[in-house]
Amino acid sequence: MLTLQCPYCGVDAEETELTAGGEAHLKRETVGAGDEAFEGYLFMRENPKGLHFERWRHSYGCGKWFLAARDTGTLEVFGTYPAQSKEPPLELRDKISAKRPGWSWREFK
Amino acid sequence: MKRYSAFAIAREALRHHTGWDRAWRSPEPKKKYDAIIVGAGGHGLATAYYLGKNYGIKNVAILEKGWLGGGNTGRNTTIIRSNYLQDPSAAIYEKARSLYETMSQDLNYNVMFSPRGVMMLAQTQHEIRGYQRTAHANKLQGVVTEFISPQRVKELVPIINIDGPRYPVLGALWQSRGGTARHDAVAWGYARACSAMGMDVIQQCEVTGVRTEGGKVIGVDTTKGAIDCDKLGIVVAGHSGVLAEKAGFRLPIESLALQALVSEPIKPCMDVVVMANTVHGYMSQSDKGEMVIGGGTDGFNNYTQRGSFHHIEETVRALNETFPIISRLKMLRQWGGIVDMTGDRSPILSKTPVEGIFVNCGWGTGGFKAIPGSGWAMAELIAKGYSPLTDEFSMWRFREGKFIDESVAAGVAH
Ligand SMILES: Cc1cc2nc3c(=O)[nH]c(=O)nc-3n(C[C@H](O)[C@H](O)[C@H](O)COP(=O)(O)OP(=O)(O)OC[C@H]3O[C@@H](n4cnc5c(N)ncnc54)[C@H](O)[C@@H]3O)c2cc1C
Ligand SMILES: [Zn+2]
Repeated sequence: MLTLQCPYCGVDAEETELTAGGEAHLKRETVGAGDEAFEGYLFMRENPKGLHFERWRHSYGCGKWFLAARDTGTLEVFGTYPAQSKEPPLELRDKISAKRPGWSWREFK
Repeated sequence: MKRYSAFAIAREALRHHTGWDRAWRSPEPKKKYDAIIVGAGGHGLATAYYLGKNYGIKNVAILEKGWLGGGNTGRNTTIIRSNYLQDPSAAIYEKARSLYETMSQDLNYNVMFSPRGVMMLAQTQHEIRGYQRTAHANKLQGVVTEFISPQRVKELVPIINIDGPRYPVLGALWQSRGGTARHDAVAWGYARACSAMGMDVIQQCEVTGVRTEGGKVIGVDTTKGAIDCDKLGIVVAGHSGVLAEKAGFRLPIESLALQALVSEPIKPCMDVVVMANTVHGYMSQSDKGEMVIGGGTDGFNNYTQRGSFHHIEETVRALNETFPIISRLKMLRQWGGIVDMTGDRSPILSKTPVEGIFVNCGWGTGGFKAIPGSGWAMAELIAKGYSPLTDEFSMWRFREGKFIDESVAAGVAH
């Protein structure tokens, strides 16, 4: 069973306690954005076999949204971090680099 | 290709079965093909088959990274129905269902199509209204369905408990010519027919790159070397996003695990397919006597072909209420497949930003039933550049807001 550590309450939460929320770091488009930008925001999704950044919610716990880095090909979890982050924290990126040298995901490396 | 027949069985019985041919050849790839189809699941094979049969395009290779039908085609619960709400869906699924009726004769391969009837239970007031609406829509589309009473449900499925405490059965949408077929046989039958037309079905051959020149496809890189082609069909279900990335475009698709399980075999007790979408479970009985059970998808992106155990638990718990007799059954096997989900839960059969590349994907949790219709339409799209059946399933419909929203009708849709 998938286990993620909630960065807010610190609990090692099992999958049944969590809700998956899809791709992380989406830019929310608004008035003035073109069709392509809206399509990207609403429907286009990163779907890698490998490293992926996602939103999760600790629904049956503290209720907070957070972000996670995970491998969709092996289910390995690299780490979690607060939802307010504009990008994955350096520490986490280093940790991923140690295991997946040369990784990239959208604009992050 | 030697035809299969009662006579052939008798002939072979007399000579100790030494005269059977291999069902398909396993050739090495040629340098170049008119068209390459990536993915030897049902949809890829059917696309190739109708390219040859309907359009005479036979210089075709079907490349498969694993084994024939080893993707979702060989992992699904084989429900075949066409009782969809929206017109474009009804058209392509009904085309497929009608082709299933004659598939065994057409392919000279027994796919065991069994039009035993598919029943979708209404267990809330909302579902009654939803399914009545679908039944009306189906009338206009020429798809034969009807909304039936709980008493009729009980007559058709004596083992069902129609007055469950939480979700009593309030009626059902009934499609009497829906049913099941043997999933492997569909893949094998098409592969044999493609091979007989001179096409190359190449297993253990993964496409690792897509080569383009001036915005046009010129070939693919594979684990068996580079192969050139004029046209490329990408038909790889859960791996569509991975292949699209190699070709340089994005798709509105996410890949999730969907699981199924079967019980120990028991005597025949249910001769229709029952789907219970509110409680997330569906069940049919295989010819071997196993109860074949499935439920909803897991929530997060996953390529491991393994699902989460608690989904199995939820599905079985839900079905226990509706079918009390299964509570003592032992479950024999459980497995997962990686399904390709789009935003409106409808497939994509489309040209792409790269000239000469076509995609057929997004069938998600419910594409087995569509295999022949999808192949028929996709072949037309690849051969002629246009097909009335695929027109509304373009990958650009999301930008245009022209969804084919089937997810409104049912959370689970196999
Ligand atoms: C548990 C489960 C239950 C289901 N139940 C039903 C049901 O009851 N009714 C129904 O209608 N549908 C059902 N479905 C959905 C149905 O199985 C699929 O929609 C359908 O089989 C998809 O067929 P396909 O040919 O597109 O994909 P697949 O059969 O998955 O074929 C794609 C092939 O592409 C190959 N491939 C991938 N990447 C590459 C590459 N780089 N190079 C070469 N080859 C590659 C894969 O190995 C695979 O064999 C179910 C699915 C699952 C998982
Ligand atoms: Zn928490």
